[in-house]
Parts: sequence; C-alpha cells; structure tokens
Amino acid sequence: MPSTFSYTFDTPAYKGTATINTGLFIGGEWVDPVEPATIDVINPVNGKVITAIAAGSSKDVDIAVAAAHKAFKTSWGLKCPGATRGRLLNKLADLMEENIDELTALEALDVGKVFTLARGTEIPASIKCIRYFAGWADKIQGKSIETTENKLAYTRHEPYGVVGQIIPWNVPMVMLSWKVGPALATGNTILLKPSEITPLSALKFADLVNQAGFPPGVFNIVNGYGHSVGQAISEHPAITKLSFTGSTFTGRKILKAAAETNLKVVTLELGGKSPTIIFDDADLEQAIKWASHGIFFNMGQACTAGSRIFVQEGIYDQFLAKFTAVAKALGDAIGDPFSPTTRHGPQVSQAQFDRIMSYIEVGKAEGGKVVIGGERHGEEGYFIKPTIFTNCTTDMKIVQEEIFGPVCAVMKFKTEEEAIELGNDTIYGLGCNIFTENTSRAIRVAHAMETGSAWVNHAHIPELSVPFGGYKQSGIGRELGEYALETYTQVKGVHINIGTRL
Amino acid sequence: MPSTFSYAFDTPAYKGTATINTGLFIGGQWVDPVEPATIDVVNPSTGKAITPISAGSSKDVDIAVAAAKKAYKTAWGLKCPGVTRGKLMNKLADLIEQNIDEFAALEALNGGKAYGVAKSVDIGGAIAVIRYYAGWADKVQGKTIETNENKLAYTRHEPYGVVGQIIPWNFPMGMLSWKVGPALATGNTIVLKPSEITPLTALKFAGLINEAGFPPGVVNIVNGYGHTVGQAISEHPVIEKIAFTGSTLTGRKILKAAAETNLKVVTLELGGKSPTIIFDDADLEQAIKWSAHGIFFNMGQCCTAASRIFIQEGIYDKFLEQFTAIAKGLGDSTGDPFEQGTKHGPQISQTQFDRVMGYIESGKADGAKVAIGGERYGEEGYFIKPTIFTDCTPNMKIVREEIFGPVCAVIKFKTEEEVIELANDTVYGLACNIFSENSSRAIRVAHALEAGSAFVNCAQATEMFVPFGGFKQSGIGRELGEYAIDTYTQVKGVHINIGIKL
Repeated sequence: MPSTFSYTFDTPAYKGTATINTGLFIGGEWVDPVEPATIDVINPVNGKVITAIAAGSSKDVDIAVAAAHKAFKTSWGLKCPGATRGRLLNKLADLMEENIDELTALEALDVGKVFTLARGTEIPASIKCIRYFAGWADKIQGKSIETTENKLAYTRHEPYGVVGQIIPWNVPMVMLSWKVGPALATGNTILLKPSEITPLSALKFADLVNQAGFPPGVFNIVNGYGHSVGQAISEHPAITKLSFTGSTFTGRKILKAAAETNLKVVTLELGGKSPTIIFDDADLEQAIKWASHGIFFNMGQACTAGSRIFVQEGIYDQFLAKFTAVAKALGDAIGDPFSPTTRHGPQVSQAQFDRIMSYIEVGKAEGGKVVIGGERHGEEGYFIKPTIFTNCTTDMKIVQEEIFGPVCAVMKFKTEEEAIELGNDTIYGLGCNIFTENTSRAIRVAHAMETGSAWVNHAHIPELSVPFGGYKQSGIGRELGEYALETYTQVKGVHINIGTRL
Repeated sequence: MPSTFSYAFDTPAYKGTATINTGLFIGGQWVDPVEPATIDVVNPSTGKAITPISAGSSKDVDIAVAAAKKAYKTAWGLKCPGVTRGKLMNKLADLIEQNIDEFAALEALNGGKAYGVAKSVDIGGAIAVIRYYAGWADKVQGKTIETNENKLAYTRHEPYGVVGQIIPWNFPMGMLSWKVGPALATGNTIVLKPSEITPLTALKFAGLINEAGFPPGVVNIVNGYGHTVGQAISEHPVIEKIAFTGSTLTGRKILKAAAETNLKVVTLELGGKSPTIIFDDADLEQAIKWSAHGIFFNMGQCCTAASRIFIQEGIYDKFLEQFTAIAKGLGDSTGDPFEQGTKHGPQISQTQFDRVMGYIESGKADGAKVAIGGERYGEEGYFIKPTIFTDCTPNMKIVREEIFGPVCAVIKFKTEEEVIELANDTVYGLACNIFSENSSRAIRVAHALEAGSAFVNCAQATEMFVPFGGFKQSGIGRELGEYAIDTYTQVKGVHINIGIKL
C-alpha cells in the first residue's frame, strides 16, 4: 500500500501543507511497484532529500499499458464523446485551480523555482493549457473529399489508443499539461513518466484526475528511471504513439527503440542553442530585458534558452554594459525559492550543476572571457551565478553545445546576412529572438532562421494556440495549438463506393 | 560520359523505340558515378538482362545533396514562387504525357506489367498526380492565430530543403509521382533513389526535367543499392526529411539511421496484410470481382494487396466457387506484357519469385489447401499462377506475413464482431476492403478496423485526393491529398510583439 507524503510549508511566500501519494497511479488506483524500489527526491536548494517515491520497472509499464488499453477500448477513445472528454478536462482544470498553491509549492520545492514566478505564470499556464485543449475535444475534424460522383471519400482523425509520454524536469507541470491536454482531448489514454527528479507535482495532479471523474486507466503515471521505465515505454508493442521532451541524446534512443520494435510514431521536443539577435535599431532597453529573460529564466533551464546572443557592433558596448548590470542584479537576488525577494534559484540537481560548471570551465579554457558570474553561489545546494561570456568564437563548445544553465555567449556581428548565417550555424533549430524596430527586417530574419519558433521583439514566450517544435536536431513534430491535434491523431481515409461497378 | 540505351519494341501492344540515359542525373546533368559501377536491369518475363545502368555510391549522394542544397538556396524553395513551381510541374506532366507510350513500354518491359494497364494506370496515374500537386504549389498556407492584442502570431509551412526519397519497384512511376509531386510543390529539392530493379522510367523522367525548365539540382536521381545509396541518404546530415516506400524491414533501418544521425523527419509507407471482408448481404458478384482485383492486381505486388479474404459463412461456398473461376480465368490470361489479352504477368524478380514460392510451400506444409494455382507458370521468367488457399488458420505464416504475390488466404467467419477481431489481428494496418449492402454496418466496420485506408464495396481504389498511409507497422505519416503538403513542410511559429513592454 503506497504511502502519502505531506510537506508543511512555513515560508514568506507560502504557508500551507501539500500532500501527495508516492505510489504509482495505474487504473485509477495508487499501487506499489511490482518490484519494490524507490527514488529519493532532492531539494536543490540544499541537496537534501525531500521524500522517497515509488519507482517502477517495465513490469509496471506492462500493467499500466494494459489498464490504458482497456480504458481506451471500453470507456474512453471514441466511446466517450468529445464533449464529455472536454467537460472532464475542464473539471480537471478547475481542480488544479483549486489546488494551485499546493501544486506551485510542490513545484517550487522540487525544482528550485521561484515560488512567486511559478505561481504567477507557470502553474496558471499549465491550467490554461488543459482548458485550451478541453475546448478542442469536441472539435476534432476530418475532411470530406471530392473525388468522383461514384465515391464518398472522407478522412477520420482517430486517436492512436495508448500513448506514451515522457516529460522533463525543467517545467514539470507545464510539460505535463502540453502532453496530457491534447492527448486526452483527442481520445487517447496515457501512460506518463514524469522526470524522476521532479515527480511531485505530477503525483498531486494524478489525485485530481480521479477527483475529476476520468474513468480508471485513462491516465496512468509510472515514475522511474529513463533507462528502465522510459525504455520500456519506447519499446512497448501496445503503445502506438510516443511523445518525449528532453535531451537530444535521449530522443535518439527513443526513436531508435521505435524503429527496432513496433514503429510507433514518435514526437520529440529536444535541445536548442537558440540565438538572440539584436540589431542596432532595436529598442535597446527592452531588448536587454528580453535577452536576460531569454537566458536566465528558470536558471537557463529552458529548451528555448537564448544562449547565443548576437549584438550588432554599433550597440555592442552599450548592450554589454547594461546587460551585465541586469545579470548582476539577478545575481544579487539569488536565494531560496520561497523568499519574496528571490529572482534566481538553484539548478535542479547535482548532475546538472556539475555539467554547467564544467561548461563554464571549458569556456574559460577555450579563451572565453567571463564578464560576470562563472562560478557557484554559496556553499549549499546547486546555485550558479548568472554568467556572461564574451570573446567567443563560433567553434567553441559553449557556443555550439547546449549548456542548459544560466550561461550565455555574447558575440558581435556586422550585417543582417552575417547574423542570419551565424544564427543558423548550429545543429539545433528550436527558437530565435530578433530585436529591431524595422518590421521588414524583423520578419525577413524571422523567416530566414532555421527554427520552429521565431520571436520578434520579445523572447521565448510560447502561446498555447501557436504550434511549437524543432527544426533540425531540435525535434520532430509539433505541440500546442490546433497542430497538436494532428500530433495525437492518425488519419484514416474512408472510400465508399456508391456507384462504380466492375 | 554516361551512355544512352535504346530499345526497339515490335510487339502487338506497342511498336516504337524508347531511349533513356543510363547515368546518374545530378545538378541537371547526366554524369558517371564517382566509382564506376553498374547494375543489370532484368526483364522479368524472360529473366534476361535488358541493359546495365550506372550505380552510384555514397560519394554520388554527397554530390547530389550538394547540388540539391545549392538549388534550394538559390533557385528553388521559397525563392521560386509557388505559381512558378506549379507551372513547371504542369509542363513536366505535359512532357510525360507526350511521351506516354515510351514510358508505358519501359514500365511494362521492366515491371512485367500488361502494356495497356501500364499506360492507363501506371503512367496515366502518375501524370495525374503531378498535375494535382502542380495545383497545390501556390496554395501552401499557414494560419494566423489569435493570442492577444499585443501579439501578431502566425505559422509558416516551410519546405525542409533537400529531401531524400526512396521508391520501390512495384509501381515505379506511380510511386515516383507520389513522392516528387508534393515535394516539389512545397518547394523542396530532391535526391531520389529509384529501385535498382526498376530504374528505367525514372531515368526517362529525368530526361524531361531540364526540358520542363526546372533549375539544375532541383531533382536529382542517383540509382544504386539500398545498402549503399539508400543508406547514404538515410544518414546524410544535410537531408532533413526522408520519405520511403518499401518493406517494413528496410523502413526500420531508415528510421534507425535517422535516429543515429541528424534526426531527419521520416515518412514510411511499408507493408500490409490487408483484409477483404465480405458479409452475406454483399453484392456477391461485385464483391468477387473486387476481391480478385484486391489480391491479383499487379500480381499481388501492392502494399494494399488484400491477401486475407474473410467470407461470412452463409455465402462461403458460393464465393469460393466463383472466386476460383475468376482466378482460373486470370491464370489462363498469363503471358507477356506486350501480348494482347495478357492480364497476368510475372513477379518482378527471381528473388521475389523465390520468396512467393517459399510462402506457397509454407502454406501447403502448414496444412492449408490449394484451391487453385500454387505453382509456377511456364519455364521462363518469374510467372506464378494466381493462388487461393483455404483451410487457413490465423497463426499460419501465409495468414500473418506479407507475401507480396498473387496468393491469398480465404477464411470463414460468423459475426461482425468476430471478423473485426480477426481482421485487426495483424501487426500491419494499411488498408481493408468491406463488402456489405448495409451501409451502417459497412461504415461501422470501416471505422473499427485499424487501417489507414478503408474501402467499402470496392478494393485497391486509392485516390490521389485522399490521404494514404499506415496504422501500426504499416507506416508513419501520410501521402496524397492535401495531407501530403503537411508531410513535406515544417511548421514555424512566428510571434511578433506589437505591444508588450517589460
């Protein structure tokens, strides 16, 4: 019988108790893993254990898939009308709203996110995402297609059945909502593996799924490691669709597993090395603020982090001086996520901390100049100071590889053509941020960048209604917007002969 | 300097000369492979060599990709307006039509297809598909998306750039048109590998590309083996999209190669074991004719071949008797593709012949009964008699595995629920054919079958306007119709801030 865990928060930003079940959530019930195992969840502020949660294996994946498959065949899928699916999703969003403080507190605790920021934007965004897709649930449409007068031809956009979903640790609730929203709206059932680093908010969410009235088995959570639970999901023969957000490295493994097993359709949202490009006719003050948001939001732990900053030479010095000041102020506001003055928290784990610190060392070794930061903050937890490198060349590791931390490389450029070439000189293609008051130029550059998203005069603000995904090695497929409905449906062409005789 | 090959036809069906260049077609020029090599093209009606053609290697793929990339950046892609792309494609279609007899003769010679069918179905169909996509070229559309009044958000559906396309030997020109049509319409440039077994019509086609006015490098053709040229295309870092039609085995290799290299987006059209289902209230005479077309068309060499035939018990005996008579009639019309009255030709190659014969032996060994056929026809070439197996059980190889020959398994069923279960009991999911005069039942069953295409009261009746593709292990992605435009474009979300200030 799995245990519950309660955490009492007594902080300036939040006072209250959050309670979660630490088991696996399968078939509408909290269960223990077949083989007892747990994973410790760590508080990145101090490196200490918050709680242990149940860790599953491939055996639990099998049980969950069976439950999800049964639910698809009996009480979900197209047996449950879209309007009902939508109503349940809206009810779920309502429950998330009622529990928003607990969800936020768990997220802030688990990830090291600044509570007020999470409460103000992130968690509300995840609720909005569920509501957005609730609205789509009864609007899944195919086409009727003219061929000849002797045929009725139409398409159906049918759910896959059981979909596997694997989400990362950087914005857990947002990532969960981006996956779960469209999958449920289109009638699929789900086996979700949260990140083993940040499972707490997903476990709270699972409780709400039952309360909202979803039939058992529609939504299942199996926590565990990527190499066990994640691998089992990628290989499962009864899962015909898998959606993954995380590193490009793991994305490859998942696609390979699909190729070697049942050719399940795979959507991948992977890494990025997104450029921020600032022309000399930009609103510089705004550009600097946005550039800072672009790289330092969530401690740089964003797939669309604007980690390469290209500044036109005319405004370079001015930019650097002011941007450094902004970074400094951020560095001065490092602290506990639950303190009201904190604006910069820790990296999520020891492993991430080590990785980012080693990139910082590599950057120094390769001749990059640290303008500010470039070191740990404090003695406890995984805090790294906002870091700016200059004197960078495009072949440096810190310019080519994804760091996923509060570290950026600032480089100079002369012309629009050069900026485009430099911006596109990467295997990635997730986002780009372009600053100029010349609209034609802004749009020209946005169109020329080989990225799935382009932001003009702001930085990495995705919208629920606008599709999101990668070019090149940043991913395959699109999430969000109406486009996500296609991601979670498969097309059947139906041809009805109404007059041709052989 | 590559050579040309001319073949003089002096047959009842066609008299004339067809001429092709046997080299590689790269950058608008006929070239020799970097490393001299050839492949013999064999006449399946006789087993004799027709001509050698140049065989490329990965080095030629590199050269072709470079030419395609250059063309994309300078003379094609969005630099060439859709209207112009469409006009060139229509011109190309016109040129194919002007040369339709030569194309049909080459296809019949190389593919073993009856000349009249090759002309009207294979070549006629290919011309229609190219014209269809010519019309889409200036109609590629994204969306404008409402978010809030401070943002202009829209999507662009942009071409990938250089796409790799690998096509099979069963419908060489048909398959070429399905691939080339939408890829060019959407602004991509192409490196195409025809099947090394059936390259002749692709080479004829290449000869028209310059005449149609396409800039050099827009369409490139590199003949060669799958394990060399095909593998090089799947691994190429500059190719962002690959589309493949062929065996499930090879499809897995391609997806795996994508996973291990640059995560290019992969569309796969793979095998099938499509069911024909005939209810006792079907128009039996029509159902039998369609069933025959479903399995014996193109000597069973269709991905949608309806190789499992389920008959409701009430009409089983009548069906079998009349179906056997049709198969016999077809067997009696076996012959050379250029003889008048030929309705059944050879299998494409020795390898395929051996494979199909192997399945026939396996069927016999497993205890299935040969109602007709089950053996070679004649002494020369790769002819196999139309074959019907009865007394089949679901676990027999001939019922589970794709044979790709004129061999079907006829099975009895009782109820609608039973036949849905039997029909879905396969790893494949490409097509299904349902015969019943009860529309509700027909549609219910069409909806319940796990297949990308469902045909009611017809079979093998694909339309270029209606999307086509596989569920389960029959494939990933969709071709044909407007849906193919999505297959050959990648979505960029553009967000323009028109009022938010930080």
